[in-house]
Amino acid sequence: MDASYFLISLLNGLSVGLLLFMLASGLTLIFSMMGVLNFAHASFYMLGAYVAYSITQVIGFWWGLLLAPPLVGVLGALFERHALRRVHKFGHVPELLITFGLSYIILELVQIIWGRQAVNFLPPESLRGPLFTIVDLPDSLSFAWGAPPEVCKAVAGAVCTQFPAFRAFGMAVAVGMLVAIWLLLTRTRIGLVIQAALTHPEMVESLGHNVPRVFMGVFGGGTALAALAGVIGGALRVTEPSMALAVGAVVFAVIVIGGMGSLAGAFVASVGLGVIESFAVGSDRSIGDGLRALGMAVTPDTFGYAVWAVKMSQVAAILPYLLLVLILIFRPKGLFGTREG
Amino acid sequence: MNLNRGRWLVWGGYAAVMIVAPLLFTTSLSHTMLSQMGIAIIACLAYNMLLGQGGMLSFGHAVYSGLGAFFAIHTLNLVSNGQLALPVSLVPLVAGFFGGLFAVLLGYVTTKKAGTPFAMITLGVGELVWAMSLMFPGFFGGEGGINGNRVAGQPFLGISFGPQIQLYYLIAAYTFVCTALMFAFTRTPLGRMLNAVRDNPERVEFVGYSTQIVRYLAFIASGFFMGISGGLAALNFEIVTAEVVSATRSGAFLLFTFLGGATFFFGPIIGAVLMVLALVLLSELTLAWLLWLGLVFTFMVMYAPGGISSLIMMNLRVASFGRLKPLLPHYAALAVVGLLVVLSAGAMIEMVYHLQLNEALGPKMKYLGIALDAKSAGSWLSAALVTAVAVVAFEWLRRRFARDWNRTQEEIAAEIQRREAAAA
Repeated sequence: MDASYFLISLLNGLSVGLLLFMLASGLTLIFSMMGVLNFAHASFYMLGAYVAYSITQVIGFWWGLLLAPPLVGVLGALFERHALRRVHKFGHVPELLITFGLSYIILELVQIIWGRQAVNFLPPESLRGPLFTIVDLPDSLSFAWGAPPEVCKAVAGAVCTQFPAFRAFGMAVAVGMLVAIWLLLTRTRIGLVIQAALTHPEMVESLGHNVPRVFMGVFGGGTALAALAGVIGGALRVTEPSMALAVGAVVFAVIVIGGMGSLAGAFVASVGLGVIESFAVGSDRSIGDGLRALGMAVTPDTFGYAVWAVKMSQVAAILPYLLLVLILIFRPKGLFGTREG
Repeated sequence: MNLNRGRWLVWGGYAAVMIVAPLLFTTSLSHTMLSQMGIAIIACLAYNMLLGQGGMLSFGHAVYSGLGAFFAIHTLNLVSNGQLALPVSLVPLVAGFFGGLFAVLLGYVTTKKAGTPFAMITLGVGELVWAMSLMFPGFFGGEGGINGNRVAGQPFLGISFGPQIQLYYLIAAYTFVCTALMFAFTRTPLGRMLNAVRDNPERVEFVGYSTQIVRYLAFIASGFFMGISGGLAALNFEIVTAEVVSATRSGAFLLFTFLGGATFFFGPIIGAVLMVLALVLLSELTLAWLLWLGLVFTFMVMYAPGGISSLIMMNLRVASFGRLKPLLPHYAALAVVGLLVVLSAGAMIEMVYHLQLNEALGPKMKYLGIALDAKSAGSWLSAALVTAVAVVAFEWLRRRFARDWNRTQEEIAAEIQRREAAAA
């Protein structure tokens, strides 16, 4: 494995991981505050992408980035106010079920409004090019800002890998969001009320705070974070009706691996998963190759050859779930979890 | 078990309906649908062993029916090739065995937790198996799936299972026996403990039971019956694709079991019948059928968390006190106005889909025999106006109904107290 490949895989992994974290943070925030697992979280992610796409068509990408999260956040808050709060008294299973129903409704509404095909949602003009290029010459490794320099064409055997500017922008947004949430929760009065409402709702209520409204705000905020992830994710990947399903299950795996309700755990798990997946996708070795390297004879006649012949790049798709199962067997609390079950 | 007359009547009626149904509905479409209903009944009842009786919400239960179906189709192919001497009618049992076996393997991990984490883990395990089904085309058949032929081996008493009607009666027999077995399960000590684990897990632990083991055993039993339903589905369709282990399928089991009603044993049977009707008929009727389904489901969670079966039971209770009659006009009015809401909102949805998909045909379209122009403001305005008026009227009627309903419930409660006082 050469250095430029390693670097670019690491960066790609980080960017995927940070995008996952933007989603997982909202989900885990809602879960730790309200005990509600928002099954429709990935649907709000998709909604964020589509709303931003529509705004982009009219007044440009930056307005989309700015307006889509609060708009979707208001929708989330309305859903909490009029549907979720109503079933709160029935317990956690109906709460989970109603968000499950909502995920169907959002998917269908998106298909009715924006159609069943992917829409052409692109990053803004100024962020479409590469941010920097890793120039891997036979004898040296260097960086160059912007587009590939002349040397890439001039020197034989030069490997130049570009890193898109929008990917870097997405990473910056995720890090900025992480810092903002952390400051909000630990350094402001609002954050203190939210934290107190989690552990001592009655006390907070008798001090004159409107606890249901705090919960509504948390739910709206969580869905707004999902929408922000959607704006980045939609422009980075493809904005299509199946985007919610593609990412939804992975996010659930992330918050179980990180530990239910732990923001730090969600961060470590999503970044870790992103990096591991990115390296696995780039590798075409199989488990059988590894066994051969250990001196074992693996041939097509070996028992279970279908398993040994599976390439690492294929395993990448199931890695989150494999890790989920392993974590549950060996550390049921999750990486940073404090409570079990 | 106390076999009183009412119980004979109910089970006899259940069997009679299954025997007579294909004689009343004789088209081949209805035979296929009846077969699917039998399969769905087993699956939904097995799903409800977890959801209703154990309080476990699984998002990946299609794994067990799906893997059962794959083992069934491979077994069937072995029988066809003469490598295995097994009557075709026993193939679903093989599927049930493998469904149970995978529940033993995967259930060990999933049932470590209850409640919300359980739901997420089942989702993860479901995705794991789904992703694996694409990795091993040798077993799962890749995109095309695995084909089979249920006419295999020697016909027994002239039964080859070639005609759909013969297979239907096999499915009906399995459905009846499985329903009876699953009902019997609710009466076993394990079934009772499962209810206790759902309602008060802490106390169960204090009494000395392991909630985890109770959940695990119930999960295995449920996996076995899911496998049987998968095996029957394999015989019915003679093709099994990776779609049978997908999250969509798992979601359908959850959705319809809940709609039918998880709190009563017979609820999932209603859910299963609805599932087949919705998948076969409703999906033909409109492209937006999943939207309607999602809306019905959401309102059901909000207003009637016990599902259709609980609505039936509540009204039977009101009827048994002779107070149903004053409520009937409410139902009629709500039904008429509700239908109006659905039809007028449906008109707008169909216009959108018409614009999206049938652009070449022009904006003119027919909806319920009414000519609409999907690009004219007139069609849109009138549909929106009718919808708005109907929604307001529905809400007004609903509030009046809720008021009368609550008063009736209070009167019934008072009546019960009066009777108890009189008896004492």
